[in-house]
Order: sequence, then structure tokens, then C-alpha cells
Amino acid sequence: MQLALFLIFGGLAVAGALNLLLQRHPINSALSLVVVMMSLAVLYWSLGAEFLAASQVIVYSGAIMVFFVFVIMLLNAGEEERTTGSRAAYLVGFPGAAAIFCLLSFVFLSERKALGYTNIGGYLNHVTSNISEISTILFTKLLLPFEVTSILILVAILGAVVLARKEQ
Amino acid sequence: MSHLSPFQTFLLLSILKVAVVTVLTLMAVAYTVLLERKFLGRIQNRWGPSRVGPFGLMQPMADGIKLFLKEDLLPIAAERPLFIAAPIIALTCALISIAVVPFGGMQTVKGVEMFNIADLNIGLLVILGITSIGVYGIALSGWSSNNKFSLLGSLRATSQMISYELALGLSLVGVVLHAQSLSLRDIVNSQGAHGAWSWNILGGGQIVAFFIYIMAAYAETNRAPFDLPEAESELVAGYHTEYSSMKFAMFFMAEYANMITVSCVASLLFFGGASSPLGHLLPADFGGPILSAIFPILWFVAKVLAFLLLFIWVRGTLPRFRYDQLMSFGWKFLLPLAMANIIVTSLVIALRS
Repeated sequence: MQLALFLIFGGLAVAGALNLLLQRHPINSALSLVVVMMSLAVLYWSLGAEFLAASQVIVYSGAIMVFFVFVIMLLNAGEEERTTGSRAAYLVGFPGAAAIFCLLSFVFLSERKALGYTNIGGYLNHVTSNISEISTILFTKLLLPFEVTSILILVAILGAVVLARKEQ
Repeated sequence: MSHLSPFQTFLLLSILKVAVVTVLTLMAVAYTVLLERKFLGRIQNRWGPSRVGPFGLMQPMADGIKLFLKEDLLPIAAERPLFIAAPIIALTCALISIAVVPFGGMQTVKGVEMFNIADLNIGLLVILGITSIGVYGIALSGWSSNNKFSLLGSLRATSQMISYELALGLSLVGVVLHAQSLSLRDIVNSQGAHGAWSWNILGGGQIVAFFIYIMAAYAETNRAPFDLPEAESELVAGYHTEYSSMKFAMFFMAEYANMITVSCVASLLFFGGASSPLGHLLPADFGGPILSAIFPILWFVAKVLAFLLLFIWVRGTLPRFRYDQLMSFGWKFLLPLAMANIIVTSLVIALRS
């Protein structure tokens, strides 16, 4: 059951990511990104991180991507022209991507013990709420980084307001 | 049923629950439309639909047949796949969230809870997440119709829903602080001690949160007085101007299904869900096992119905807001008020413990 969920939504995430690159219309690409994020949320959930899954859906697919779609709608961006692209991108891009993939999988496989691992759906069978655990850590051990991050975001919002405000 | 394994019983009972709840929700949507037309008619001193069947009770069937038989127009300039997908997204998101709503007491048959399709430990977040996905249906419908009025309507709807989602989410934090859980079943149970007095709106002291929630909910469902996205006098019909036949019906059903969901959440979070206002005045097994299972459902339906009538009453009473008034009301009044409510609630809880 959990393996089936993983295969379906893992496949969906990969297909959505490929579709994101191949689509010519920006709005289709944005919607493919929404599909990727939703499938990632299902994967998180099947790994037992239900709070992460919910915040992924609410924050990324529900708020951020809506603004992406909004901007695309308002700018009325048309279809892109397909060009052959630069030679350098082909020469460097594909080996580069392959190298990064190999490096990451090597690191993950060799440091498996240190990173820790979980079974697919291992946490689904017994009912533990990791919301209280997350909040305990967030409000005791990680309180300072958490608050500093919120101030950072606040600064970004203020900057956006200053930039967007009309001159009096 | 003895020869079935636990998983098979679970699967069969779940399919049964999903089928029954879906059919009941769709029926409820159809009859909410009729209720609105009748009630609005009486508010405006006229009869409302009264020709089809006794008291006009067959009117939803007639409406359904009419919408099925209408020609399904597809504008040439429309963005075809998205134009078709948009009403499907809107209706699906509107119907899914009913899955986490516990609409009765705690009754288990063979270890499967009967009056709740899925009791998730993040039920409240699931409802908020599904609501935020539902925005896509409206946003895409306006854009893919390739029509100025549709685009303006969907822009209004999207920005309104995103803005009021903040106030809506923050108004629920006080309730979550009280219940110490995001599971809707736990939230209902936390209000079941002394009848109406222990409901969040009275004993929980969440009356401010309730008013924030109910106002944000009207804006979320694009209902009067916040029905700017489909303001007839300005935008023809807003985001569904280009839609006809069943595609239009899907948007229509989505709006009413959203109304029902919002009413369910309001009664679960602030009015004790399926618990009786009388508390333990009556013994727990009053009227035998079957009646004592039915009473909570009746209380729940009565509460949801009261909220639906409130929706219609407000629509028949209040004029429409102006768009800048809507935005400043949401951002400058509801949002700070919701934050103040969170601070006060957490202070009270911290002082009490």
C-alpha cells in the first residue's frame, strides 16, 4: 500500500517536473509545479511527516504558487518561442546535471548511517503527533533562529512596500 | 461479516461511508439552493419557487434537468484544457473537505468509526489546505475564458480569498490552543463537558474569534456582502461568465458545497459539533442505542442549517461592499483583531495553568 503510494506520487512528481520544463506556456509550467509540490506533500505524509505535508500544501501550493499564477495572468505572458539554445548549455549542462546527481546519491548512500533513515509508511501505523514535537523544538532549542528568520521575512516585506510605494 | 479480514471490513465500510456522504452532500447542495430561493423570496416579500411539486420541493430536480439539457458552449478563444479543468478543480476541492468532518457521536462498528470518513490528526490543516487549493479553480476559470469580465472577476476572487484566508486561519488558532489538537474529533470532544456552556463561543471565550471566522468565511465563499467577484452590475457574472450547462452547474454546486463546509467547520469549532447544548441533562443512553446515535447527528444538522440560514439572511439584508473597503476591512481590521485574539487567549491559558 505505502509502496504503491510512493510509486504513484513519486512518478507523478517526476512527470510534473519534466512537464514543467517541456511546456511552452508559462501557466502550464506553473501548474505542473503545483502538481510536483502536491505529490511531494503526499510523499512527506507517507513518511510520517503530516505537519510538513500540510504546510507544504498550504504555503507552497496554496499561497506562493497562487501568486505565481496571478502574476502570469496579469502580465498575460504568451507562449514562448522554442529555440535551439546555446551550444554551451548542452555541452556543460547535461554532464553537469549528471555529475550533481551522482555526487548527491554518493553522499546520501555513503552517509546513510549518519543521516538516519525511515521506512516508507513506517510511522503511519502508530498514531504519534509530531506537531507537538516540532513545536517543542521550535520554541525551545531553535527559538532564536526561528525568530531571526521571521524578522528577516519582515524586512523583506518592508523592502517590498518601500519599493512598490508611489512617490508622494 | 465474520469471514472478512479487518482490512476488508475497513475498506468496505469506508466505501459505504464515502458513497453515503457524497450523495447526502450533493442532495444537501441541491436543497440549499432551494432553501436560499425560498427564504430569500420570503425576505423580499414574495413566494419563491412554488410550482414544481408540493411547495416547489422538486425544483432542484427541474434545475438539474434544465442544466443537463442546455447546450455546452465552448468559446473559441478559450484555453481549452484549463477551461474544462477549472470547474472540476473547484467542485472537487469543495466536496473533499467534508471527508474530515465528524458529523455524529463516537460510534464504532468493528473498529471503524461510523460518523466520520477520516479522523486525521491534522484535520483542520487539511481543510485549510483544500480551501487554498480551491482558489485555482476560480483563478484558472477566469484566465482561461479569455474574457475581460471573467479575468477581472477571478482576480477579485483570488485576491479576496488569499487575503481573507489569513484572518480565517488566525481566528482558528485560539480554538486549537484550547483543544491542544488539530484533530476535529478532539476539538469537538474538548467542548463536550458541560453542554452549551463549554462550547468555545461561550465558555471558551472565543466569541471574537467566531465573528472573525464567520466574516472571513463569507469572503472565502464569495457570498454577499463580499460577492464582488460576481457583482452582476459591474462584471456580468464574474469568473463564470463564459460557462454554460454542467460546467456552470459545477461552479454553482461548488459555491454551495463550500457554504456547507464552512458552516460545518463553524459548528464544529465554536458550537461543539455534534454535542448537545443540554450537556449531560439527559442520560447518555437516552432512547436506546439507535436513538442515542441519531440525536448527535440531529444536533449537528440543526447547527449547520442555522448557519446556512444565517448566510441567506445576510445575503438578503446587507448591500455589497466596495472593493477597497473589502480589502482594508480584511487587512486593517480582521487581521490585527485575530492576532490580538491569539495573544489574549494564550495569555489566559498560560495564567490559568
